[in-house]
Amino acid sequence: MQYASPLIAVLLTAVFGLLLCVAAGRNPWAALYTFTISPVSTLYGVSELLIKAAPLILIAVGLAIGFQANVWNIGAEGQLTIGAIFSGGLALHVASDGVLLLPAMIIAGAVGGMVWAALPALLRTRFNANEILVSLMLNYVAQLWLSYLIYGPWRDPQGFNFPQSKPLVADALYPILVPGTRLNAGVLIVLVAVIVGWFVLKRTFVGFQLRVTGLAEPAARYAGFSTTRAIWIGMLAGGAAAGLAGVGEVAGPLGQLFPTASPGYGYAAIIVAFLGRLSPIGILFSGLFMSLLYLSGEAAQIELNLPSATTGLFQGALLFMLLAADLLVNYTIVVAPARRLQEKIS
Amino acid sequence: MSGVLISIVIATLVAGTPLVYAALGELVTEKSGVLNLGVEGMMLTGAIVGFITATATQSIWLGVLAAMLAGALLATLFAVIAITLVANQVAAGLALAVFGTGLSSLLGKGYTGTSLVLPPSPVAATVSQVAWVGQYLTQLHPLVYLSWLLFAAISYFLYRTKAGLVLRAVGESPASAHAIGYPVVRIRYLATMFGGAMAGVAGAYLATIYTAIWTEGMTAGRGWIALALVVFATWRPARVLLGAYLFGGVTTAQLFGQVAGIPVPPEVMSSLPFLATIIVLVLITRNRTLVRMNAPPALGQPFHANG
Repeated sequence: MQYASPLIAVLLTAVFGLLLCVAAGRNPWAALYTFTISPVSTLYGVSELLIKAAPLILIAVGLAIGFQANVWNIGAEGQLTIGAIFSGGLALHVASDGVLLLPAMIIAGAVGGMVWAALPALLRTRFNANEILVSLMLNYVAQLWLSYLIYGPWRDPQGFNFPQSKPLVADALYPILVPGTRLNAGVLIVLVAVIVGWFVLKRTFVGFQLRVTGLAEPAARYAGFSTTRAIWIGMLAGGAAAGLAGVGEVAGPLGQLFPTASPGYGYAAIIVAFLGRLSPIGILFSGLFMSLLYLSGEAAQIELNLPSATTGLFQGALLFMLLAADLLVNYTIVVAPARRLQEKIS
Repeated sequence: MSGVLISIVIATLVAGTPLVYAALGELVTEKSGVLNLGVEGMMLTGAIVGFITATATQSIWLGVLAAMLAGALLATLFAVIAITLVANQVAAGLALAVFGTGLSSLLGKGYTGTSLVLPPSPVAATVSQVAWVGQYLTQLHPLVYLSWLLFAAISYFLYRTKAGLVLRAVGESPASAHAIGYPVVRIRYLATMFGGAMAGVAGAYLATIYTAIWTEGMTAGRGWIALALVVFATWRPARVLLGAYLFGGVTTAQLFGQVAGIPVPPEVMSSLPFLATIIVLVLITRNRTLVRMNAPPALGQPFHANG
């Protein structure tokens, strides 16, 4: 029953998309094929699905740990960007090559994401500043700083003046798993994260404390569970995951740094976390669906010449549908008895 | 010197105005106990709808009107989910922010990079003839003056009228307001739609007057800054106005800094408003009592009448 509303939401979003196609004067069934089946009909397509699902699942698992405790980290996009800056910077300007380069980048990226997440955690716990607003502001700051680096000091002098860094050396890249595709070993990190996330949330005392804090904060405080600790754990888990996702982009499909590190994965992962019911196993599936939505968006960009940001329309609609479906699944509609009672009295 | 000073003041007012509209609208919404995080999405949709309408009709005012409708419509969508279907307001607001951003880029397809050219207004030509102040008056769009009127109207409405008192009561204690017989849900709908309409005006102002050009994601985080403004204005209209101009000032300082050749990269300068928002937010909210005394106690909490 718990997973009924995500399924309903996915179906309704598909219907919403088909209606838009009909409104645009297109055959809905042909469009359904173009946007859902055709992008994943080849091995390469499937590998692209996994590559895009990887950061979404990774970040969503990290965010879910915080969301369970009502810690609203909306800054994953910025944490991903800082993770990309830290790991990319390490590969470009500090270490040159060697087998230890990639592990060092992974650590640097995770630390970068955690540093960026620690700021809202610190300001929330010490100064009571709303973590939603602070983490969101930091998204813009991180984005602008990356853009400064790539347009300025980190620009590739041999890059024909394109805004991009030098390409990373082979040692700095995740090894390719399936030849002929871009699928790389970064997805293994995601699988580890899902298992760790599942274990922490469902099988440890810390996970229990986080869930109690989210469900009933007064009860958690009465039981002596520290809210401050929950905020730190929630923010740092999200930050580390987003930072790792940043490494995954730089050491994976990107292979170098660009002025933008992610097409909104940090925001989409929030929706993935909700769609997966804040459960790492559920997130595995919702992440794959969101990735398909990204691929459909790319297909629409080519087929219908739509701007890629249009994907956001469907992401937002998906979350709306989920929230609406939740109510209808969890509650029964009863015609208000209050009015009848009032009429009887008067 | 006074010429430079006047141009700084004017630039500050011009840059602060979209924040005045968006934040005052959100203030009214939040006073009724509804937290709508979707301001950025409503602003962007308002911006493109205003831009398209103004381009088609050659009238900024029709553009603003259409943007108001678009903003209010999106706010209604949010209200259906968050108020009628009592969903989590944070999640619903985020959904609206993402939805509105996507919608604006879909609607703006074909308008990217186009600019709006309108014939000069005959009213402005007349006003500029006024001795002494005329030339300065016309440097500000009438929407800037209207934003002061809006500020006065909202202050009066919230603190001097019965309807305003009821709206605040709904944000303080919806259960009590409901028990006395006030239509909590209807009031929250209206307050949310008003917030959406004002976010629409803010977007239209940006797209048709401030830049007069449409680019994807042109609000560049102003919707989120407006949300922060409401918090650090501790839900008081006068402080919202002050805060909005403070940020107008930071934006202006950026521009003048670049002109004056201060050797700071433009990207780093552009991150200043966001850093300033964080700093002011910390300075204000570190005083927990101040926040608790002023925040609508029912803010963000869904209300459901139990018989």
